[in-house]
Amino acid sequence: MDWHLLIAAGVKIVVFVFLLTLPLVAMAVWAERRVSAAIQDRVGPNRVGPMGLLQPVADGIKFLLKEDFTPAHVRKTFFWLAPTLVMVPALLTSAVLPFGTKLFGEPMVIADLDVGPLFIFAVASLTVYGIVLAGWSSNSKYPFLGGIRSSSQMISYEISLGLSVVPLIMLYGDLNLGHIVREQAHNGWTLLPLWGEGLSVRGLILAIPMFISFVVFTTAMFAETNRLPFDLPECETELVAGYHTEYSSMKFALFFLGEYAAMIVGSGLCVTLFLGGWSLPFGWLTPADTAVDVPFWQGLIHIGVFFAKVIAFILFFIVIRWTLPRFRYDQLMKLGWIYFFEIAVLNIILTAVLMWLLAPGSAA
Amino acid sequence: MSKIVQRPKLKWSERLYLPAIFGGMKVTLRHFFAILTRKKKVTMQYPEEKWDAHLPNHYRGAPTLVMDEHGRERCVACQLCEFICPPRAITIHPEEIASDEKWAKVEKRPKTFEIDMARCIYCGLCQEVCPEQAIFLRKDYVVVGHSREEMVHDKKRLYELGQTMDGLVHKWNELK
Repeated sequence: MDWHLLIAAGVKIVVFVFLLTLPLVAMAVWAERRVSAAIQDRVGPNRVGPMGLLQPVADGIKFLLKEDFTPAHVRKTFFWLAPTLVMVPALLTSAVLPFGTKLFGEPMVIADLDVGPLFIFAVASLTVYGIVLAGWSSNSKYPFLGGIRSSSQMISYEISLGLSVVPLIMLYGDLNLGHIVREQAHNGWTLLPLWGEGLSVRGLILAIPMFISFVVFTTAMFAETNRLPFDLPECETELVAGYHTEYSSMKFALFFLGEYAAMIVGSGLCVTLFLGGWSLPFGWLTPADTAVDVPFWQGLIHIGVFFAKVIAFILFFIVIRWTLPRFRYDQLMKLGWIYFFEIAVLNIILTAVLMWLLAPGSAA
Repeated sequence: MSKIVQRPKLKWSERLYLPAIFGGMKVTLRHFFAILTRKKKVTMQYPEEKWDAHLPNHYRGAPTLVMDEHGRERCVACQLCEFICPPRAITIHPEEIASDEKWAKVEKRPKTFEIDMARCIYCGLCQEVCPEQAIFLRKDYVVVGHSREEMVHDKKRLYELGQTMDGLVHKWNELK
């Protein structure tokens, strides 16, 4: 038994998940409220602490002190199980995200799996169980409708989400997220191949299908995380509050935070796949090889760059939410099955054809 | 008669939906940055910033009692305000002014004068009806208390708020 590895993994879990991601969840809630306020010409929460930064703490205390009410008509076991089933997969998926290069000689990823994206898709789709169970066990019509909607929505978009990543995996020929990021650091980000081997006719032409992938992936990510314009499971105007109508106190908070955690991990995945993860543009401060040890300050910069990109992406999520109106349910299904599914499949074929035509050996 | 409204025919660029998203984001981001750079003033941060300096003179705040320039309480305890007060917030107990006192010719003054601010509706009828111009609605609007008893303004508090007001009624002056 290699104790060193276990301890290192434990420290990484505590630091990355509990000291970085969870506070980021809280800050995302705060940012959501402040940004939405600014967009709507309001002020937003600015009372608790400087600029209202401690508002999440106040919210947390409020959630803890509220009465945890369980209605008499619910199925208790599943009613209690559902909130955790939403929160846990969202945090589990963060295990394979490479959030930096190296610190103290340790690679900055909790589990360096060779099936990164597959693991994320497998675990992230477990979230739907939490929502369906919440809807069903609440034993009430609106949560039930919310749960039904959520399951069909997630199943529909899971397909285009998975298919949209296939061209990227074909391009890199690797399923390890760490390797994908390293490749991007050396040869240009997937969406921005402006240095290294990426800056060639082949690289620039292949960026076109990558951009299509990015659009499909991001949209599907919105649908997966139940964010507006695809938040039909909780659609206030039709379903009161959707699947969490019957929930109160900390159980409701878990749903709420689970949604934001999923959003952050989704942003992290998108940044890792398309925007170069921890790498700075033009190969600055990029270590030459996995074996090379990076200085402490560079390791910190890489972590900082990763989180800066994630935060920028979360802000994009937020602005989109307050810009677009909610889709109608049939439009959502049409978009998922008639457009995105086909676009994703055609994109795979397009990438394959382009890679065949522009193969480095063919000298075309 | 029904009228059929034709759906507009969209160009392919409009059907793509992406330009609409960027158009929308342009609007939201414009508002966002206008607020962020303080180009646009949103609202007053109430407890820190107040509108007090800009209150008009006819502002109807809490009703108060006023003294005249000789320090005489203007109220003669005629009880007209008590009768007209729609929510019956005012309670007056009059007393006679002793004949050896300076303002004996005024004859009456309020022994107690209470306004229940939990009932007051700031209508200003008391001020309108007062023949002595003794009761005025001033600019105090922060009337708070922890109990119903604290919300009742007694005579002392009413004069504290009202202070002195010159002129207006001269019929009790020495020269007259």
